[in-house]
Amino acid sequence: MISIIDYGVGNLRSVEKAFHAVGADARLTNDHTLIRESERLVLPGVGAFGECARRLRESGLDQLVLEAAQHQKPILGLCVGLQLMFDEGHEFGVHPGLGLMRGRVVRFPQTGPRVPQIGWNQIEKKKPEALLAGIPDGSYFYFVHSYYIEAEDQRDVIAVTDYGIEYPSICARGAVRGVQFHPEKSQDNGLRLLANFAGISADAKSSESQ
Amino acid sequence: MLAKRIIPCLDVDRGRVVKGIKFLELQDAGDPIEQARRYDREGADELVFLDITASSDRRDIVREMVRKVADSVFIPFTVGGGIRTIEDMREILASGADKISINTAAIDNPALIASGASSFGSQAIVVAIDARKRGRQREGNRGQGMEGSEMGNRGGGRGASDEGEAGGSWEVYSHGGRIATGIDVVEWAVQVEKLGAGEILLTSMDCDGTRDGYDLGLTRAVAEAVSIPVIASGGAGTLEHLAEALEEGKASAVLAASIFHYGEFTITQAKELLRARGLPVRITAPTLEPSNERRQVTHDR
Repeated sequence: MISIIDYGVGNLRSVEKAFHAVGADARLTNDHTLIRESERLVLPGVGAFGECARRLRESGLDQLVLEAAQHQKPILGLCVGLQLMFDEGHEFGVHPGLGLMRGRVVRFPQTGPRVPQIGWNQIEKKKPEALLAGIPDGSYFYFVHSYYIEAEDQRDVIAVTDYGIEYPSICARGAVRGVQFHPEKSQDNGLRLLANFAGISADAKSSESQ
Repeated sequence: MLAKRIIPCLDVDRGRVVKGIKFLELQDAGDPIEQARRYDREGADELVFLDITASSDRRDIVREMVRKVADSVFIPFTVGGGIRTIEDMREILASGADKISINTAAIDNPALIASGASSFGSQAIVVAIDARKRGRQREGNRGQGMEGSEMGNRGGGRGASDEGEAGGSWEVYSHGGRIATGIDVVEWAVQVEKLGAGEILLTSMDCDGTRDGYDLGLTRAVAEAVSIPVIASGGAGTLEHLAEALEEGKASAVLAASIFHYGEFTITQAKELLRARGLPVRITAPTLEPSNERRQVTHDR
């Protein structure tokens, strides 16, 4: 079972429905026991980094994510959910993240293209990753964001996207993964990625990507 | 590279599509879900639903439709029409829409943009602007049959267009294009961006319904004045018009209704033309029935 962590931000219904559409057993929940018992976790996130981080902490669910990461349980961060996995976010002040990957979240430069980035953009694969099985290089996904990740460790970067600058759009370290786009809104490619996540075990990951 | 978006717009009354595709293969051409699926398979980048329901139970009807669309189509969609409060926004977004669009409510109460943006994020707040060129004689009662329209006036249309006329200014109209507000379009666009709007859906009332092309001067004036994406609307009659709005008009996306609804052009054809002109577009794989695709995905696991 996949638990989509519900900590009161954004509309998570489509995430749940997208998993159901690919035949995965997923549910939206904030129940600590259910989350602990599930095989995989999805950490969504919409809106400002600081607000998401605060709500996650106040709900105590941040501890469950950290605990799961420690136990190598597969976790998938979506949009701000990916950003939260890094050290800190610089959106309306500096806010600590979960620190599962090294780096910070900063605003797109003023001099570049329109901010927020809204729409379909491509990924360029940097490393093999089971999440991307069956998804060709250059595939389009739906992005909505004004802030991007500056990863300190390039080994964590699975794919990048070009929006004036090239930035990480898929990151992974061990069983912790995340995507900057919205797979639940990215049509067939997005559904494929979610199906891949649903089928990935920690073992499958290490055998496929190493 | 970020793709230019093509966004079909569907008018919905009491949960039924009243202006939408008329393809033979559809079992029920009035069903928003069937239409949404059809456009999704064709490669539409997003969808816009304009709700024109005028009845006391509209909220329940709209909510139900939004929920069904969200359950069956996995591309972003916007819902507009009759949204006046934060609570209205919350209901639509919680039912599964990605964005809501406001028009008259934002003009009456600009603070609604800011409170919507802080509650749901700027990405969820689209401000629709109905614009008309200044310095021309006004027609009386415009927008017949579009009572309560909040997303742009596509009801009527004027024959004349001001092509070739450089510069100029445009006035914001409210209440589905019926009321001139005296507000300058470019100034209003700048203000809605400051207030936190994530996108602007810009409809030219002059071009709307003419099928002579978008108002490129208007689109460009707004697109250059703001840094948020501008969706051009009103006037598309050919696929070249879409390209012009993106190139000369500098729009990030084009909204079109009739050129797709009546089967004259498909989204795929539109994307092929844009690509041939060097514009970045998302070309999807040959269409698969969603059910087959899902089965395949499931088997791979």
